[in-house]
Amino acid sequence: MASQIEPDQLVHDWQKVVIQAFLDRQIQQVAFVPDGGLKGLIELCQASEKLTTTVLTSEEEGIAIMAGAWLGGQRGVLLMQSSGVGNCLNMLTLSENCRIPLVMLVTMRGEWGEFVPWQIPMGRRTKGVLETMGVDVYRVETADQAGPTVSAGIEHAFQSNRAVAILLAQKMIGQKNWGNK
Amino acid sequence: MLDRRQVVQNLLAHRTDQLIISGLGAPTYDVANAGDHPLNFYFWGAMGGSVPCGLGLALTQPSRNVIVITGDGEMLMGLGSLATIAQHRPANLAVVVLDNERYGETGQQDSVTASGVALDEIATACGIKALRITNQTELDDLVLRLSVLNETLFSVVKVANNDYSRILPLRDGVEIKVRFKQALGS
Repeated sequence: MASQIEPDQLVHDWQKVVIQAFLDRQIQQVAFVPDGGLKGLIELCQASEKLTTTVLTSEEEGIAIMAGAWLGGQRGVLLMQSSGVGNCLNMLTLSENCRIPLVMLVTMRGEWGEFVPWQIPMGRRTKGVLETMGVDVYRVETADQAGPTVSAGIEHAFQSNRAVAILLAQKMIGQKNWGNK
Repeated sequence: MLDRRQVVQNLLAHRTDQLIISGLGAPTYDVANAGDHPLNFYFWGAMGGSVPCGLGLALTQPSRNVIVITGDGEMLMGLGSLATIAQHRPANLAVVVLDNERYGETGQQDSVTASGVALDEIATACGIKALRITNQTELDDLVLRLSVLNETLFSVVKVANNDYSRILPLRDGVEIKVRFKQALGS
């Protein structure tokens, strides 16, 4: 049935751990261009009274929003799919030039049984372009790593005034049912 | 036509505790010309970022008014941010676009506002209160509205294409950031 929830779009336990990590680390702002793999986390964030959520027209806006939020005294996290990283490059220079902390949580495409070939070019280069732009990259391969790695990435960013990206393996996110549609 | 340096001097003449963000290029020089201030956050790059930065600042400092002063070129690059603002429409955010219909830093090439693109109408379509300022009377009205800001306000100020010499404020992003946060106490 077309109305059945995709496996990658359910609320997963690791997402509950991740939002708790956000709250434990004083995150107050969350911005995103939605991804299926983030759907559950986005819903949890939107339901939380402690978080202000912003849906973006393009991912690079979120970098500037989070810079402004930090100037105003609040911590934020930017959520996106790997394809969105490509939209961020020049805006990342705001973080670098001003040494303003940034946390990006990136769900990976193009690396685990990818059905959509158009996802593969950006997915394959996500880590490389982030590192080229001076972002410190963490990676989560399994659900049990998600909470601790997100916590560590958040502290790294805000204690050291660095841009940090935490990549969430596609294998971990769950595959879409491309066959059903 | 209105003069850009005079416009910004008018906007900032009676500043109290507003937080000012200037877009790269001429708007940064115009804001610096009106008087350097620790609560001026000068952009020298990250084109398209000044308006969303203003949104983030407005959302986290609700008791302060945030005024983003930028140019048509940068506003066009960050056009989507007007739509993004629409979901929040914070009462303490104002965006003023100094529209000379040109890219000043790169040799005065026409921007698409020279072809009739109306940024104020785009803001209106995003549900944001928008003004189009073309003369001193309308500018005086804008200055008054900024002093009693109680809703997101977008203004396009049509300015003459005067090629002023640059007034150069701080360029070091870390200095700009540290100074701003110290003054804000955030």
